[in-house]
Amino acid sequence: MTRALEKYIRPGVKSTPFCPGCGHGILMGLILRAIDDLKMEMKKMLFVSGIGCAAWIPSPHYNGDTLHTLHGRAIAFATGAKLYNPDLCVMVVSGDGDLSSIGGNHLIHAARRNIDLKVICANNMIYGMTGGQVASTTPKGSRTSTTGEGNPYRPFDLCKLVEGAGATYVARFSVTQPILLIQSIKKAILHKGFSFIDVLSPCPTQYGRRNRLDRPDEMMKDLIRRCILEEEIEGLTEEERAEKIITGEFLS
Amino acid sequence: MPSKWVKTPFPKGRYYFSGNEAAAEGAIAAGCRFYAGYPITPSSELMERMAVRLQEVGGVFIQMEDEIASISAVIGASWAGAKAMTATSGPGFSLMQESIGYAAFTETPCVIIDVQRAGPCTGQATKVGSGDIMQAKWGSHGDYQVIALSPWSSQEMYDLTLRAFNLSETYRVPTMVMADEAIGHLRETIQIPSRVEIFDRMKRKGRAPFDSEEEDGVPPMPSFGEGERLAVTGSTHDGFGFRKTDDPQVHARLVSRINKKILNHRRTIIETEDYLIEDAEIALITYGFTARTSLYVVKRLRKEDWKIGMLRLKTLWPFPDEAVAQLGKRVRKILVPEMNLGQVAGEVRKYVPCDVHSLTQTNGEVIRPDVLIETLRRM
Repeated sequence: MTRALEKYIRPGVKSTPFCPGCGHGILMGLILRAIDDLKMEMKKMLFVSGIGCAAWIPSPHYNGDTLHTLHGRAIAFATGAKLYNPDLCVMVVSGDGDLSSIGGNHLIHAARRNIDLKVICANNMIYGMTGGQVASTTPKGSRTSTTGEGNPYRPFDLCKLVEGAGATYVARFSVTQPILLIQSIKKAILHKGFSFIDVLSPCPTQYGRRNRLDRPDEMMKDLIRRCILEEEIEGLTEEERAEKIITGEFLS
Repeated sequence: MPSKWVKTPFPKGRYYFSGNEAAAEGAIAAGCRFYAGYPITPSSELMERMAVRLQEVGGVFIQMEDEIASISAVIGASWAGAKAMTATSGPGFSLMQESIGYAAFTETPCVIIDVQRAGPCTGQATKVGSGDIMQAKWGSHGDYQVIALSPWSSQEMYDLTLRAFNLSETYRVPTMVMADEAIGHLRETIQIPSRVEIFDRMKRKGRAPFDSEEEDGVPPMPSFGEGERLAVTGSTHDGFGFRKTDDPQVHARLVSRINKKILNHRRTIIETEDYLIEDAEIALITYGFTARTSLYVVKRLRKEDWKIGMLRLKTLWPFPDEAVAQLGKRVRKILVPEMNLGQVAGEVRKYVPCDVHSLTQTNGEVIRPDVLIETLRRM
């Protein structure tokens, strides 16, 4: 299976740059599996990313055109490329801080325009590359290098945000739900319009170690335990529901 | 660099155009087929005309959510193969600076027209100024070069915008047209030719898009979707776009080349014009709208037998060092009148041994002839 995906990796790329236990490497593979399933022509694929760990998922590893831009601006760059050459299949892969904090304005406006971009947000709920600072997606109460006493603010629900802004395909899955996530990426690729997938990806190095999930496998197990599908909510108590992460396709 | 002569998309003839309208027409003639922008006084008419004209010629127009998005979309479109531009004024120009640095470092052709207003900050939005001259060169962080041109008429808004695209494509560098409110809103007759010479970026399949054998070379630039599997990054990169963020030699080589490819070719980039300079003992060095006042004053004082002439800078960056230095050897005194606190006067002083006087005015108005004459009489 690994060999089958090798043709999608840029010659000269030797290894992924991610920390042990990071979910981004899994996502990197799952996107390629979706592309492989659909027999997409890499020549016509443009991968745009911003700045941060997640921006390195496509750049320079994927063997299509890759555009590694400025912090927060991936969607704006992608908008220009897609509008001028609509034959390109343009996928934006970037992090939660990049897409929803510094780049939040571009995210909602691209969703409003319903421009045909496939936006995959690798959401590790923290600023990983810069040392684990609080993000707009960090859960309330979580410890980060800038919220030692726990994050006092609520996080964005990115799916609700882009849905409210006008996105026409919206889903959330974790890297611990690989089959569902591959299906979702395939749907996003085939969808004509603004597609958004919030992909939960563990960051043991910066998030886990500050929040009692020291070992990579503990973070994985925690995500497996907490991610449930929308239809599984029924029958849960208020308390049980509070710690769950609802995944699924919210708009398709 | 191969060029071609093409028929202008607007019928040949004389037209009564504002500077902003003329710039839009120059862009279309140059082959610009992508515009992304955000409304800002005093540049908005340029965007409004592009919205109409790009639809007519089959290009792409989009009004973005802010100026950062505008210049970013322009860079994305440029890599998708477009000749692309945006226009703005001071506050928007400030917002664009990070992306302008990105365009310089990734060697992305693009044109930015700054219709300068009276700054700093929001300043006087409808009033004139030329306070962004240094920002054009130094606005983004790190060492890089840009090209910046300075029009003094509606005709030059057309001509220099067209030239900005040609230079931008030739050298793969962000190129700016540093207009000002007075030129942008000035309405006068311009001549649109039947044919114009345009330059397109060089393409060579399989060649490194980010390195050159020459230390000041401009590599070929493919577009997305052509099967070249481009890797474009604003991090330090090797010839094929692989990030090299801890290799001192790669960084030094890249930074050096993106500077030398402009500076070593400055003799072909820089344009200046002399007026009545042959026997002059006093010279004005001037640019933009102020050059119009200056020429009027020079002609008037010539009638009083003053030995006075004028050098007009059509290119501001790279700075016309040679023309200024030669003038400095010939005259006793130089006066640099400008609608800022002496931004170009400071540059002039680097290259000349003679006295350099600076007439500065930052009141949101153009410099009047009587003010200029009074300053000259006191000198």
